[in-house]
Amino acid sequence: MNEIKPSQSIGIRKSLVDGPEKVSGKAKYSSDFMPIGCLVGRIFRSPVAHAEIIKVDIEEAKLLPGVKAVITGDETDEPFGILPIARFEFPLARDKVRYRGEPVACVAAIDVETAQKAIDLIKFKYKELPAYFTSKDAMAEGTVDLHDHRPRNIEREVDFELGEVDKGLSDADFVIEESFNCAEVCQVQSEPHAAIAEYDAEREFITVRASTQVPYYDHLMLAKVLKMDEAQIRVVKPFVGGGFGCRTESLNVTLICALVARAANGTVRLTVSREETFITHRGRPETDIEMQIGVKKDGTITAVDYTAIQRGGAYSGYGVVTILYSGGLLFGLYDLTAVRYKGFRVLTNTPPPGAMRGHGITNVRYAFEALLDKIATKLKIDAIEIRRKNLLKGPNYETLNEMFINSYGLPECLDWVEKESQWNQRKGKMGKFRGLGVACGHYISGASKPVNWTGEPHATVHLKLDWDGSITILTGAPEIGQGSSTMTTQCAAEVLGLDMSRFQIITSDSKLTPKDNGSYSSRVTYMVGNATIDAATNLKKILIEAAARKLDANPDDVECLGEYYSAGSQDEGLTFNEVVTAALEGTGTITVKGNFDTLPESWGTKKYRGGAVSGSMAYAYAAQVVEVSVDPDTAEIKVERVWAAQDVGKALNPLSVEGQIEGSVWMGMGQAISEGTLYHNGLGITNSMLDYRVPTIIESPPIEVGIIESIDPNGPFGAKEAGETSLIAFIPALTNAVADAIGVRPTDLPVTPDKLMELMEKNTNNAKSVT
Amino acid sequence: MAEIKNKTNLSCTVNGRASDNIVSDSLLLADFLRETLGLTGTKIGCDGGECGCCTVLIDNAPQHACLTLAAKCNGKAIETIESLSEESRLSAIQRGFNEKLGAQCGFCTPGMVMAAEGLLRTNPDPNEQEIRAGLASNICRCTGYVKIIEAVQSAADELKMSGQAL
Repeated sequence: MNEIKPSQSIGIRKSLVDGPEKVSGKAKYSSDFMPIGCLVGRIFRSPVAHAEIIKVDIEEAKLLPGVKAVITGDETDEPFGILPIARFEFPLARDKVRYRGEPVACVAAIDVETAQKAIDLIKFKYKELPAYFTSKDAMAEGTVDLHDHRPRNIEREVDFELGEVDKGLSDADFVIEESFNCAEVCQVQSEPHAAIAEYDAEREFITVRASTQVPYYDHLMLAKVLKMDEAQIRVVKPFVGGGFGCRTESLNVTLICALVARAANGTVRLTVSREETFITHRGRPETDIEMQIGVKKDGTITAVDYTAIQRGGAYSGYGVVTILYSGGLLFGLYDLTAVRYKGFRVLTNTPPPGAMRGHGITNVRYAFEALLDKIATKLKIDAIEIRRKNLLKGPNYETLNEMFINSYGLPECLDWVEKESQWNQRKGKMGKFRGLGVACGHYISGASKPVNWTGEPHATVHLKLDWDGSITILTGAPEIGQGSSTMTTQCAAEVLGLDMSRFQIITSDSKLTPKDNGSYSSRVTYMVGNATIDAATNLKKILIEAAARKLDANPDDVECLGEYYSAGSQDEGLTFNEVVTAALEGTGTITVKGNFDTLPESWGTKKYRGGAVSGSMAYAYAAQVVEVSVDPDTAEIKVERVWAAQDVGKALNPLSVEGQIEGSVWMGMGQAISEGTLYHNGLGITNSMLDYRVPTIIESPPIEVGIIESIDPNGPFGAKEAGETSLIAFIPALTNAVADAIGVRPTDLPVTPDKLMELMEKNTNNAKSVT
Repeated sequence: MAEIKNKTNLSCTVNGRASDNIVSDSLLLADFLRETLGLTGTKIGCDGGECGCCTVLIDNAPQHACLTLAAKCNGKAIETIESLSEESRLSAIQRGFNEKLGAQCGFCTPGMVMAAEGLLRTNPDPNEQEIRAGLASNICRCTGYVKIIEAVQSAADELKMSGQAL
């Protein structure tokens, strides 16, 4: 007899469990549901950026044949918002509109043409107010407040000093400072926002399907704005075409769809355009950063002092969290002994940004890494060496803001990119207009304190084992393309030693699956992975006990080999199906659960208000080397090659990890060289995929991925974050490479050819005037 | 009610089956496929001709279904993502995308796969530059394209090995 071994799933390249549906076109996304009789929704949006609403006249629109409902801000006076402390946005504007394109009314009609005709019949009367499109204008003296409870349009001010910053700066041999501007960027996920809501007037029950990363938060906000009992709502997340953070809070599209479906007593499909998806926004805010860093001659950092101002748009969204991350997450990458941070989140008459991939820290890390590079050049220290000089004295390290670092693979990431890029042989010898740059980054593996504190575990997973020997994984964790369903299946299969084909997975249906907070802050692998391991371990215990009963053996002597269970020296064991039959005897179908909770020591600091933000169970680390060439005539940057090393703890699925890192690098490249939203008097003028310049396959570089495994002591099989960290490291690595290539250091993002040409010309003129 | 629109007889084949319909002159092929025929594999990701998610083959050539009027497809052979799997088996290109992780969220995938199908029908052995050129009208926001290129290369290799042509 061949030796029977448990199946292995972890650490093996696995294609996605839901891949066949995606590549065959069978996968249904929110806008693919078109039941017979379904109505079409369409939103009337504000034509002005800031105004008092005098009247929204919908009478004529309502009378149009084929129109089933028209709703306005009168439909609900309950505000929504992701943060319990900052809920003052309405699904449809009431009293005031605060950005151009803000939803004012919604029509449900029998077809799209009728809906549009009704929209054209709506008369919107308003009195315009002064509008502010930059942080500076909104914060100036004598402005009109967008919200009465936010004087001077400051959504949140953060101010902390940890360590002695003034002493650190005066002890420094050099203090270097710089200002940076990072343009606002959007996720531009492939799928435009969509929802379909089915209202059952007989039962007073509503079923909502939506493109979301957070069905549970949607559930809460739907109950709030609809003023319905949570139990009368079912939220289902179909396939979702990406998110990258723009769907980590309830979007007005989803809430409006439900409101208009109830008003129409029917089913309404609301699919918004790409332009409206841009307007719905929740991307990364425009950020102005002023930073100074003090260093010793040997490159040791003595202090960091910086200010970040974020143009926060008209409503809070995640804004308070974003501005806190911009401070808290400076820590944990390098050994910092003194940091002063001032952050301003400003309310402006532009669409509200949100929690984009690399939330809160991307722009600050860019500034820091660019400045560190500048210091290295000035001190004639190698750019990799200056980073090594400032590494944490860890793992088992506690930062000034009480982050606990239990695994730290950054040194190995630096070693990898140094070797693979042939840094030592090539750096500084690339010839004219070609350069190498390096930078680092890190990110959390899930926020340790959830947005809504309920006392429940962070993650709960159910496993259902039935008579047919198949196991169904039930999880609320939203699969949005990041591979969470595959990861969960791998974890369960590994523990039980079974092939992944034994498992089916059902995700994110509030009437079937246990609640989950959602797919954001890179929490799913860490938290849901751990909960799955717990559930599978509990199921395994039941199976071993059943096998022991059947084999008349002690459970401690039973060995689980996946498809086969045996006891001690007995010749005859049991097949998995026989064990299942034994386990179900007298009890029937088995459902077990597993939980995961974060440790209190990971809950952040109490040293300043909001210090819980940035506390995590583990942090992933990245180092990246980017090689660029710059066209001397057009100043166009070409990314020639990228070496991206990331400490992911343990690569549960190396194929998926590579995919995440490659995607992160590429999205970072967009922000670095071409992406940025622009507004003209509040009107978005880059709201298409041609005007908002995402890179295409043509300019996408070859990316070498280095997976570093530090094995986090608390992660599922040692795993940590894999999908955000490498985006953060790319941007400064690119600008550092540009500085190496042409001797001029860009500070503002994106580094478009026109901006770079100006810098190059200025540099040439300066050089001429010196000689 | 909506006014009576100008309508046209549309006789074409969709995924090899004859399809006879009366369609409004303003109906887009993408909406005809999705809403009239229920072929929702074809996706709409933008407001017209930007993202490539709606790429289908019209007489073997990849086209944006969102920029094509259904009424203009009279007599033409239209193929969508739903046509590629035979007896629920994935095609070589679909298998390439699945196994190489050329699809993450999957929303751009039907368009990508159809663009690749069009490419490999005319050029069964494309080099990397030709793959990039063949997929240049399609935007993916998840993968960074590395694995999409690998997926198409792997499909081309598989087809070559098996002596099959598309």
